Amino acid sequence: MDNIAGTRSSLTWVVNLSAAALVILWLIPTLGLFVSSLRDRDQIAASGWWNAFSASEQTAQVRAGAPDTAVQQDGLFVIEGNAFAEGAPGRVSAFGISSREPAAFEAGSAAATSEGYSLTVNEDGAYRLTSPTAFEGTRGERFFVTTTVPSRLTTENYGRVLAAEGIGRSFLNTLTVSIPATVIPILVAAFAAYALAWMEFPGRAILIAVIVGLLVVPLQLSLIPLLKLHNTIGIGKSYMGIWLAHTGFGLPLAIYLLRNYMVGLPREIIESARVDGATDFQIFLKIILPLSFPALASFAIFQFLWTWNDLLVALVFLGNTENQLVMTGRLAGLMGSRGGDWEILATAAFITIAVPLVVFFAMQKYLVRGLLAGSVK
Amino acid sequence: MEQFGLAAITILVGVGGCVGYFFLSNAALDAIFPARGPQAGRNITRAAQIRPWLFLLPALLILGVYLVYPVFVSIWLSFMNNTGERFVGLANYQWMVGDEKFRESMVNNMLWLVVVPALSTFFGLLAAALTDRLRWGNFAKAMIFMPMAISMIGAAVIWKLVYEYRGGGQEQIGLLNALVVAFGGEPQTWLTTPGWNSFLLMIVLVWVQTGFAMVILSAALRGIPEETIEASILDGASPLQIFFKIKVPQIWGTILVVWTTITITVLKVFDVVYAMTNGQWGTQVLANLMYDWMFRANDSGRASVVALVIMVLVLPVMIWNIRNARKEMR
Repeated sequence: MDNIAGTRSSLTWVVNLSAAALVILWLIPTLGLFVSSLRDRDQIAASGWWNAFSASEQTAQVRAGAPDTAVQQDGLFVIEGNAFAEGAPGRVSAFGISSREPAAFEAGSAAATSEGYSLTVNEDGAYRLTSPTAFEGTRGERFFVTTTVPSRLTTENYGRVLAAEGIGRSFLNTLTVSIPATVIPILVAAFAAYALAWMEFPGRAILIAVIVGLLVVPLQLSLIPLLKLHNTIGIGKSYMGIWLAHTGFGLPLAIYLLRNYMVGLPREIIESARVDGATDFQIFLKIILPLSFPALASFAIFQFLWTWNDLLVALVFLGNTENQLVMTGRLAGLMGSRGGDWEILATAAFITIAVPLVVFFAMQKYLVRGLLAGSVK
Repeated sequence: MEQFGLAAITILVGVGGCVGYFFLSNAALDAIFPARGPQAGRNITRAAQIRPWLFLLPALLILGVYLVYPVFVSIWLSFMNNTGERFVGLANYQWMVGDEKFRESMVNNMLWLVVVPALSTFFGLLAAALTDRLRWGNFAKAMIFMPMAISMIGAAVIWKLVYEYRGGGQEQIGLLNALVVAFGGEPQTWLTTPGWNSFLLMIVLVWVQTGFAMVILSAALRGIPEETIEASILDGASPLQIFFKIKVPQIWGTILVVWTTITITVLKVFDVVYAMTNGQWGTQVLANLMYDWMFRANDSGRASVVALVIMVLVLPVMIWNIRNARKEMR
């Protein structure tokens, strides 16, 4: 097909490169967040995530030891110390004595301050401040160092966020929502789909049309009436309420997918089972259900991803107490309250999308199959 | 742990209840109309008439309560005051026509409706065409498809980092501003600058939906009969001509399906706007406006009117879908 004489190799290159460009373009945003979740707060604030793999430069203010720590050596008053905290990594590349020029002097050189002191900062952070007369005042001399910190990626953020930001608890809440909300509609839909696919009764065509129509009914329309209804019967803001809501909203797709699949099953199998005296219930349970496994799996993945990722239904039908707040809701809250704390936001976001990503990569085949069957042709 | 117990019990009760219902109702039907004895023939017909409805009953009940009943209640509430207790006639509709925020949402939603399906379908088609014959095509597809698995709110966080702005001469940590600075421009507060910001939100949804478009269109491209392509090669068509004049016309129906499906997703878009700007700075859309009126203003009348507008916008696609489905069944 590609073998139009002469054009093949150059065209192949163009196609390869364009596809690579597209893939990179699509991956970069996610990659950025992932890399950010592995950096600490200072690194994120100091440079873009694309610098995470190279050493980064940071400028910090340091205060030398207080005047009363000075010692006399050879007629000079000397204060010595180290600009780095004990054990901190890094290398001083430059230092300065005023905030306007924080990197005016090379490491190792001597700088004269306005008070007539002399300051030297070495690469390893050791500084030496000398003065011919005694130091005055009570506070140490202020100076600036530009340090080169080697690239460091850490998983510390994950431990912190799981423990402190309530994400761990929300993870359990989301799981509590998703699993029943995935299992229950499958069963209800499977029976209905069987009836619509293999049983003859008046009104069947209309029912199928109604279900195709219900596929696109916007959720928004259902929220107020259902919340009122749930409050009336006493399941407003409860897990029971959200399970039922998700079941209702997922049912049209479930019935549609399963019916389309079941209709395609070979007629002979079902007919011969009928001839052998099997009841519809037996045919459904012993023949249709096992044969429909691919379609059941497709829908289960859809519904699981949808309930796991949903924010709107959870905001409406669940409360925001500690034992009801789901991860998407927690993340939305964090975006508001900790909008600038990227190490927390990035990590929390990655925890929420980890499970869907695993499901996605493990079950991609069924997801694609479901998409192909589910888009109304 | 307590809620896991509740969840487990619910699954057991739900599944058990379902199976129990279907089993018992079928057994009861067989008992009432036994397929033997003097009236066996009539009984079998009777049972066959009733049985489909036994299978359908739970589904119809849930669909009725959760999707059909709310439509009517919403229409009813749209004529009521903010608490839904007093009849106010067309007051909510009058408010809607004159409201500044509603007009803004409508305009934005129309923009979303044009931009997102168009770009998603375009990129989806491009990705499908490019990756179809590559050796690493499946990997490439998986990478472009991946955002489909990410929640909208996760996507919002991902893109908020891309659009991040830092003032005061600090180094930019958002990719977009870093690029702007690298090319000598001034960094912008992207999300709070009216005009651009809506498009930046749309990009998030395009990023998510392209994978969907790609998967469907890629399957359609593979379904094109080889002979048509071979014939055009023999006639000396260039690869681009083959794509635009032979392949695209043959998958036109699928492109329409993708387009309409994304249209529906766009009309319901909520999370992205809610999380990234919450409708401020000129980015309001209908779904978020509806949420605002429902939970911030506690006005079920006006919220219902906005929800009905979304429903009316969905209606053409719904009718088109139903007609197509019926055509296919015949």
